[in-house]
Amino acid sequence: MSRRVSYKFRLYVAGDTQNSAQAVANLSALCKAHLVDRHEIEVVDVFRQPKRGLADGILMTPTLVKLVPSPTRTIIGTLSQTQPVLQALGLETVVA
Amino acid sequence: MMNSNEPSSLSPSKAPTGIEGFDEITNGGLPQGRTTLLEGGPGSGKTIFALQFLMHGARHCKESGIFVAFEETSKRIMSNAEGFGWKLEELQPKKLFFVDAQPTPDLIQSGSFDLSGMLAALEAQTKEMRARRIVFDALDIVLALLPDAAAQRREIYRLHGWLLERELTAIITAKADGDDASSLNQQQFGFMQFMVDCAVVLNHGVVQGVSQRNLRVQKYRGSTFDEHESPFLIGKGGFEVAGARTLGRVDAKVINERVTSGVKRLDTMLGGGYYRGASVLITGFPGTAKTTLCGTFAEAACKRGERTMFVSFDSDFAEVMRNLASVGIRLDSYVKSGRLRIISVRTITGNAETYLLRIKTYGKEHGARCLVIDPVSTLSSSASELTAHGVAERLIDWSKSNGMTLVCTSLVDEMSNRSSGVSPLQISTLADTWIHLNYLAQAGERNRGLSIIKSRGTAHSNQVRELILSDSGVTMSDTYTAGGEVLMGTLRWQKESAERSATEAAEVAGKLNLVKLNAEEAVLEVRVKSLQTELMAKQVEKTLLARTKQSRERELSRGRTRMRELRGADAAIPGLKVSKQ
Repeated sequence: MSRRVSYKFRLYVAGDTQNSAQAVANLSALCKAHLVDRHEIEVVDVFRQPKRGLADGILMTPTLVKLVPSPTRTIIGTLSQTQPVLQALGLETVVA
Repeated sequence: MMNSNEPSSLSPSKAPTGIEGFDEITNGGLPQGRTTLLEGGPGSGKTIFALQFLMHGARHCKESGIFVAFEETSKRIMSNAEGFGWKLEELQPKKLFFVDAQPTPDLIQSGSFDLSGMLAALEAQTKEMRARRIVFDALDIVLALLPDAAAQRREIYRLHGWLLERELTAIITAKADGDDASSLNQQQFGFMQFMVDCAVVLNHGVVQGVSQRNLRVQKYRGSTFDEHESPFLIGKGGFEVAGARTLGRVDAKVINERVTSGVKRLDTMLGGGYYRGASVLITGFPGTAKTTLCGTFAEAACKRGERTMFVSFDSDFAEVMRNLASVGIRLDSYVKSGRLRIISVRTITGNAETYLLRIKTYGKEHGARCLVIDPVSTLSSSASELTAHGVAERLIDWSKSNGMTLVCTSLVDEMSNRSSGVSPLQISTLADTWIHLNYLAQAGERNRGLSIIKSRGTAHSNQVRELILSDSGVTMSDTYTAGGEVLMGTLRWQKESAERSATEAAEVAGKLNLVKLNAEEAVLEVRVKSLQTELMAKQVEKTLLARTKQSRERELSRGRTRMRELRGADAAIPGLKVSKQ
């Protein structure tokens, strides 16, 4: 069942600053490993769309928001520690 | 206040906060275009301070502002601020903009992150509304998310740099550990204190069971400021800081006008009454008619048509009125017409600072020209002596600078201070006129004695007078000094009546004497009359005597002639001879 669930992410980044670039890389690696063909990533650059970040209440960059499946989850940071991220996204059991 | 917020004293590089008292302490407000750190424990009023700063900027300084709320939601902040009557809704979103930036509780953190995203967003917002002021409320919340001190430091730098570059006047609020804000041990705050241009510490503590809020400017680059702790209050209109003690004080105008104390003879004793704008202290033991003297003053002020405020700390409104009515002081009509405002405050609630600020607020609201505080010594029971003294000092200062005539009473504890009339607050040194009421126990009775201990600038009597209360009013009477002792009450009456009877006796004696003299006079007059009569008789007798002598002489001479004739003398006289024949 869970294998078929498609994931929808929104990643807020601050241009191509180091943290943001790292987050983008980490997220795509994660998706490649666990969510092949069942993910969608929207990248919002708050430098280019500052009003959007404000409207969405984004404090820190990078911020990853898991929109689907519910519940919504927010993870801040470069996503470099894989285990907690997977746990937060509900992907851990799948791996195990 | 008249002595503050003069435009000339405002430095151009300061952003006024609109917080009464604070702008005085800092000589104009927060550093313009710089960052201020506002620290304080929970519930110390950081958010209100910051919000008021933005509100004032938006409403009065044409400086729009952004409020970044890390802790409370903007909705809650708005509803909390509703009571202050700031009408924040009107200002939103063009002049005041709230950014809800509360981290979600289930926020997961993985790897490092920074604030650049938020700053980019704020940048856009700042440009759009041309914001000049910004508040980061509870920055500590965000900092806590950062993994280590180095990251925290980095983000604070980032934020500070961004603020400086935009020349925004900013307040960053942060929680301090516990009540004592000076015990900030968290590394990031210590670091922040060094970085910012101005640091303000809010303190909320309990001193001897009395809640006490204090504000202290810890540092202020490039400006003078009052370094002491200043008590503050979160009142009806927001944040109010008790004014600076020395800064910005303008000498009150000296007025030579006199106002009556309401007791005729007391006015005479003072050489015409109290000075307008003076502060009068009435001290005395319980029951020496301190309140009554306040009442006469208030009544007289109302009679002149002056707006008056009567603050009673001990008794209820109705009680004060009743008690005063019993000695013929009727205030009810003035209360009804609104000329007199009576405020009764129970000592249990609030502290000295709160009282002072409330008195100020009410006094301003009422437009009072005369102010009565009964008793002012209450302040000492609701605060440490030092604070209370400061409060009393500022009370006098304030009333003076507003040209208000202040009459306050102070209770002297008979047990502890029998001999000297020392006022616990030492207002006596500040007050212009000090009247002391005393009991004189003598011959089994207590009588009220009034003396003027000092009265600046007025010739005043050095005599103790007896104060007499009756249902027709308050009068004073001379006392008798007999053998170095002052006589009052019955003794005075006895002395008076003795004197009265002595006078009467003297009068009667005088009258008697007069009658006697009259009688003597009459007798003499009679004697004079009889003597006169006698004199007249003698005179008549004398005339008669003279006449008799004449006629006898004539008779004699005639007789001689006749004899000559009869002798036929030759030398007869033909005429005579013929006629005789």
